[in-house]
Amino acid sequence: MIETRGLVKTFKDKKRGEIRAVDNVSFVCKPGEIYGLLGANGAGKTTTLRMLATILEPTDGTAIVCGHDVIEEPEKVRANVGFLSTATALYPRLTSQEMVEYFGRLNGLDEPTLKKRVDDIFTRLDMNSFRDRRCDKLSTGMKQKTSIARTLVHDPQVMIFDEPTLGLDIMTARTIIDFIRECRQRGKTVIFSTHVMSEVEKLCDVIGIIHSGKLLTEGSLGALRSRYGENDLEEIFVKIVAPLYAGQEAN
Amino acid sequence: MNLRNIGIVYRKELREALRDRRTLISSLLVPLLLFPLLTAGIGAAISALLGEAKKEVPAVMILGGEDSPGILAELRGSDKIKVVPTTKNWKDEVINKEIRAAIEIPPGFQDDVVHQKFATLFIHNYEGDMKSAIATGNVQKSLEEYRDRIVHGNLAAKNLPETAFKPFEIKEHNVAPPEKVGGAAFGGVIGYMVILLCLTGSMYPAMDLTAGEKERGTMETILSSPIARVDLVFGKFFLVLTTALVTAALSVTSMGVSFAVLGHLHAFDTAGADAAQLQLHIGIYTVLSIFIMVLPVAVLFSAGLMTVSLFAKSYKEAQSYVSPLMIIVIIPAVAAMLPIDLTAKLALVPILNASLLCKELVTGTYHWNFIAIIFFSTCVYAAAALFLAVKMFQREDVLFRS
Repeated sequence: MIETRGLVKTFKDKKRGEIRAVDNVSFVCKPGEIYGLLGANGAGKTTTLRMLATILEPTDGTAIVCGHDVIEEPEKVRANVGFLSTATALYPRLTSQEMVEYFGRLNGLDEPTLKKRVDDIFTRLDMNSFRDRRCDKLSTGMKQKTSIARTLVHDPQVMIFDEPTLGLDIMTARTIIDFIRECRQRGKTVIFSTHVMSEVEKLCDVIGIIHSGKLLTEGSLGALRSRYGENDLEEIFVKIVAPLYAGQEAN
Repeated sequence: MNLRNIGIVYRKELREALRDRRTLISSLLVPLLLFPLLTAGIGAAISALLGEAKKEVPAVMILGGEDSPGILAELRGSDKIKVVPTTKNWKDEVINKEIRAAIEIPPGFQDDVVHQKFATLFIHNYEGDMKSAIATGNVQKSLEEYRDRIVHGNLAAKNLPETAFKPFEIKEHNVAPPEKVGGAAFGGVIGYMVILLCLTGSMYPAMDLTAGEKERGTMETILSSPIARVDLVFGKFFLVLTTALVTAALSVTSMGVSFAVLGHLHAFDTAGADAAQLQLHIGIYTVLSIFIMVLPVAVLFSAGLMTVSLFAKSYKEAQSYVSPLMIIVIIPAVAAMLPIDLTAKLALVPILNASLLCKELVTGTYHWNFIAIIFFSTCVYAAAALFLAVKMFQREDVLFRS
């Protein structure tokens, strides 16, 4: 369960002054549900998700993840979260298995549990052929699987995916998409951000459209279709965001 | 602070460091090979040059002296110099190093000597040139022998004893024990080397574990794990500190072995007799006390380097921040080689104080009050640097600078 309450994040920029990267964002994401955060580059998706993963601290407002406040108990939040993005790289000089074990230990797993967990995951994701290969020698697909294993090792209840398919080839992206679906089947709370419309249409139970740090609208695909009188998600997105773009140009 | 987590981070960073060729080269290979190569190379070059210079029989010219056959015979008879025919442009020949020196004998020199009238001889040479200096020395020696014989003859003629001319002799005698003599000669260098290598040894890992982590995109990965940032900093810090100390330890050992071998080799070589006397005798207690003093310096370097390089976005950017730091460290470390004595005020200047103290420790001098001030003040600086590093890791604008 994720619940954000008036989440705000401001950055100071020398030229542009104070920037509100995330501006009063509130939403709820339930277990067994995939929440899709849809927005253009710079809309505030990554900042929002980083605050949920407690990598960044909110300027105002807060979020409750698995019953823990991101400001009060960030370490407990992180223990319940699996965070995956294209920016979360692997340590090049560790092997695939060492990488997963490192994160298992940091999550407080004892050695017998860790060994069992790692064996399970490596078998389930079909990773045994490269478990002793260094991460810098892995193919993109193998790297993604190792990253997935890294997020799963502590069996978190909440999964946060920040543009997980960015820059990946079709087959590797598919592995990730299948994995996100599997997380939902296992009853996990899933939130993921993207600017790829087709991924949202295929996966998400709830869609939130974000622009300039503000959550403009949210609902299921069906609800959005009837609300905006368009069938295609891209058309819906343009209909919501285009007037704001015009306003920004005028400014 | 969670010791288990610090240990997990430390072990992982150690494993990565041991698999990194760049770390292995900069913290293990360089200190191990640098000193043997330096001492062997420089030692060989110096003894080759000195040998050549000493073997050469310097060519000298004699100006005048046609009416003084005694001194001419003395100079021509010396096997330490080679008298060449006099030319008009003798000055140019000295300057162009075609001859090493020219001896000017004033007219009527022999008459003056016989009538015991004071006379002056000139040796025209090339100041600062080693071969000209050797020639001057050789000429002087044979002229002095000639003069002594004249004095001897004069004294004998008047039935005076030798002591009438030379009533007493002056001799130097060293009372400092040999380890202090060696320490005074090498102490400054050792402190400088240990401190500098502490810096170079920790430099690469400090950048790799901070800016390198940002560059490779693993910073976000590690920050998403439940570990507290303080524990992360300490785990990394201990690894950087380890490499700093290992580098310093290896370099001191390799330096000691190189000097010992060099001194041993030179003991059989007459040309290197001076070098053999400067042999360094460092006891295990001295080594230990140097290490205890260097420890807070290493902490200061490790934490300081981590703080600075964490600010950088990439390894390259970190290098451009760290390189000027190197100069800041070298200046006080070099200053310790100058004849400066440790005072209470200097004991508070970071790096310089440790460097000066190393010099004293090597000579076997223990000023406990200075040791206390230096150890304590360096600990304070080190703690401040460490505090700064932790603060830096908690700043979002530093971790996610773009």
